[in-house]
Amino acid sequence: MTTENALQVKDLCAWFGENQVLKNITMDIRRNSVTSVMGPSGCGKSTFIRCLNRMHDLTPGFRVAGDVIFDGRNIYAEKIDPVLLRRKVGMVFQQPNPFPRMSVFENVAVGLRFNGKKRSRAEIAEVVEKSLRMAALWDELKEHLDRPGTSLSGGQQQRLCIARALAVEPEVLLMDEPCSALDPVSTAKIEDLIEDLSAKYTIVVVTHNMQQAGRISDFVAFFLLGDLIEMDTAARMFTNPADKRTEEYITGRFG
Amino acid sequence: MKKHYREELGNLRETVLRMGGLVEQMTHRAVQALAERKIGLLAEVRAMETQVNQLHIDIDEICLELIALRQPTAADLRFITAAMKINTDMERIGDQAINITESAEYLLTVPPVKPLIDIPRMAEIAKEMLRDALDAFVHRNDELAYETIKKDDLVDQLKDQVFRELLTYMMADPETIHRSLGLILVSRHLERVADHATNICEDVIFMVKGKDIRHQEPLP
Repeated sequence: MTTENALQVKDLCAWFGENQVLKNITMDIRRNSVTSVMGPSGCGKSTFIRCLNRMHDLTPGFRVAGDVIFDGRNIYAEKIDPVLLRRKVGMVFQQPNPFPRMSVFENVAVGLRFNGKKRSRAEIAEVVEKSLRMAALWDELKEHLDRPGTSLSGGQQQRLCIARALAVEPEVLLMDEPCSALDPVSTAKIEDLIEDLSAKYTIVVVTHNMQQAGRISDFVAFFLLGDLIEMDTAARMFTNPADKRTEEYITGRFG
Repeated sequence: MKKHYREELGNLRETVLRMGGLVEQMTHRAVQALAERKIGLLAEVRAMETQVNQLHIDIDEICLELIALRQPTAADLRFITAAMKINTDMERIGDQAINITESAEYLLTVPPVKPLIDIPRMAEIAKEMLRDALDAFVHRNDELAYETIKKDDLVDQLKDQVFRELLTYMMADPETIHRSLGLILVSRHLERVADHATNICEDVIFMVKGKDIRHQEPLP
């Protein structure tokens, strides 16, 4: 395991039943950077990031081959506990999904209560504050920690979900179209947050929005029909991509 | 909001300013070398040109990436396109300073035709125009840009004056022709520096007001 890469994907293939949705994907995901995965619908990008923390384990008919190396080990090896893995590799979804009937505070604290280690009330409060601060939500909500999480605006809910993911101190954050349900102002807040968080975390974002990929990413990977066509720095991908298909996609000629 | 994007725009602004400072300094040193007959200063001008060339490339790259990655609109878009055009003008000013340097390299090996008065004055005004043009760019100050453009006439007049004066020297003594032509060229290069500063001002006015004032009747 090099310290440079948080994740190393080698020859990853995935199937839903007979249908192969990922074909020999090999890529390194640089530590403390933002990597965006883009491509037209059905290209396998969501499946790909879900493979990075084994979200498909319980999907009937799903099969995977190849390696995803994290912390020096293949996450699909037998001895890996997927629950522990998901604590280290957290996920934020497209629709903000705070736990219903839980307050803002509880939504952030819940992960801590489930992960074994005994903590005092004060310790938990400290982690909640720190997580909400990192998610740029503390100043807005510090007086309202007892409000139901679901009473927040969509953009706040999404930042709450990010705070919840950060509370268990992950190394990698996976985000599956984290802004597609949000208005432009909330989107700008989340995008700024993503750029801030990349100083400490490795972030992988699936996005349909090419402009967003351009704004937030250090690296961009372009998928098409289950193949990784090209991966490079965002600057390179959006000014002079190597593959003609990438060029056609980002200039809106297809997809 | 959009803090990172603002930082990138700030970085572009600073890089433009750094390059502007360098080409101003190049012009200053080249003319100083000529006026004070200090040939050693010319090496400084050449050293600065290397840096200017690199910044020329850097600024275009920064602008291209900002456009590709940040999708700038409205005032931001005008700012970035202005920076690209100003970049070209600044690089040309650097080239003019090199042209002056080349003339000076010859002129400093021969006795002076006359003490230099108008050429250092032209250089002073041209540098001031460049400084004010960049100041107007940084502070989005269209009034300063308008004021600066007016000074271009003064530089043009000085250039004509230098030409007329040197003509009399050349007519009186053909021995001075080569040296006089060297000085006429220097005044021509300085006049071009002021023209580039004028172009920068026009870009600044477009950036601030969204109004294109190029190729119109002279200002009142």
